[in-house]
Amino acid sequence: MNSHILQIIYLIGSLSFIIGLKMLSKPNTARKGNLIAAFGMTIAIIGTIFLYEGIKTTNYIWIFGGLIIGSVLGTISAKKVQMTQMPEMVSLFNGMGGACAMLISVVEFNHLLHEYSFNSLPQGQVIIIMLGLIIGSISFIGSIVAWGKLSGKIGDLTLKIQQLINIGLLTIILALAVYISIFLPPNALTYFYIIWLLSAIYGILFVMPIGGADMPVVISLLNSFTGVAAAMGGFLYDNKVMLVGGILVGSAGTLLTVVMCKAMNRSLTNVLLGNFGGNSSSSSKSEALGNIQEINTGDTAILLKYASKVIIVPGYGLAVAQAQHVCHELEELLETQGVSVKYAIHPVAGRMPGHMNVLLAESNVSYDKLVEMENINPEFNTTDVVLVVGANDVVNPAAKTDPSSPIYGMPILDVENAKKIVVMKRSMKAGYAGIENMLFYQPKTSMLFGDAKNTLTKIIAEVKAL
Amino acid sequence: MLEFITSNLQIIYMLLLMIFVGVELIEKVPSVLHTPLMSGANAIHGVVIIGAIIIMGQADNLLATILGFIAVVLGTLNVVGGFVVTDRMLEMFKKRK
Repeated sequence: MNSHILQIIYLIGSLSFIIGLKMLSKPNTARKGNLIAAFGMTIAIIGTIFLYEGIKTTNYIWIFGGLIIGSVLGTISAKKVQMTQMPEMVSLFNGMGGACAMLISVVEFNHLLHEYSFNSLPQGQVIIIMLGLIIGSISFIGSIVAWGKLSGKIGDLTLKIQQLINIGLLTIILALAVYISIFLPPNALTYFYIIWLLSAIYGILFVMPIGGADMPVVISLLNSFTGVAAAMGGFLYDNKVMLVGGILVGSAGTLLTVVMCKAMNRSLTNVLLGNFGGNSSSSSKSEALGNIQEINTGDTAILLKYASKVIIVPGYGLAVAQAQHVCHELEELLETQGVSVKYAIHPVAGRMPGHMNVLLAESNVSYDKLVEMENINPEFNTTDVVLVVGANDVVNPAAKTDPSSPIYGMPILDVENAKKIVVMKRSMKAGYAGIENMLFYQPKTSMLFGDAKNTLTKIIAEVKAL
Repeated sequence: MLEFITSNLQIIYMLLLMIFVGVELIEKVPSVLHTPLMSGANAIHGVVIIGAIIIMGQADNLLATILGFIAVVLGTLNVVGGFVVTDRMLEMFKKRK
């Protein structure tokens, strides 16, 4: 009876994942979708604890202990995290899932070795456990490295023969896994631990060379890895809800990864090989790029106040300086003075897709002021002033004009069509792609150096004083 | 091996169908939603917690108890943290007047 009820619960859980994911992909239903999936997860967890056959009541204390510790830590860290650090947080949680799948494999393999003599091990199960171990470990360690890189704790590292090492390592891991599964050698456990170690090393080497700007793509990919690892658990326990949840995320995650790559007009292989701006940068660094013009906050205030249409282009600089609230304040101030203000949102501005939307929404900027690239580009022609706040590569005309540029082909915001461009930046340092931006040297561009938050605050004061 | 496939045929069918469902579900996602969607999916694969609960619940030796307990904690972090973070992100997309 109990197992029947449990199966029904799993069915409802699976359905809630499908519906939840579907709703998550539409802006107006997304939040509800998330809650529906969370509901499905909750009943699946509770159902498993009380109805799954073979759960010892003496172990309840451990289960509930773990659930409580995890819930408290998870809630606190998820509530406390700054909006700018969201991608790191997601990566970290993803790593936890990967580690969980990895540990399941370790326990179950030991369990198998106890139950069967080594030459009668069930091959199918061994393969599944092996896959769960490899994918889970890569996802775990890879996510931790991605987290470290995003939070600036770990730098980029590219070895010359990195690709060769990675491919070699992966070949060894798979060969060992095949060897164990087919021959079931008596010292299988030793090999198992070697695979574990090698997978962890692979996880490091896999993420290490990938540039920070590409981290969201990698996190999305690792996310789908964890999905597959979870599905392996579903296979192992013949558990439908794990299978559905895991595979859904595995396939949806893979597609999402590809979609993200497309938004940057880059291929997944290109991202994974980590050659973003790395190779072609040595040329033409010191060429005469022309002169830049500086502008001060007072003149910027005048420009803005007497414009009739202003477009703000936010970028990572805005996020770093936590300038979203001041930015919104400036926007409101200008609006009261009769200036039309909009935001141009590049799909990959910031460090994750949708980063700017989340950030600006946090400071109460109304949703319809955030205009996506395709819709705002035709509007630059009629714009008086474009205020670029800490964005660089997404407004670099080289993406259109210079075929040798590493970002060539990436769609950009056509800010150069506007009458006047003010670029707020901390310094003349290149953007994430590590390339010069010719926009800064154009006669109609003026540079306003400084921290975005301070500078915007000053501009607000100047506009008010005018 | 062949026997393994035929005895798990039902699950393999599910696996194949789910791959297509996953792809269909999130086709044409506006880029605004990429990150929340990634985060939501991240929470959903936390379903791996069920496996952790099973090993923890059946644990009869020290290794299984320790690893099972860690797995439950990590899995819960993934689930709870994942859903809460996603909700926080989506909360900001609320329509305001």
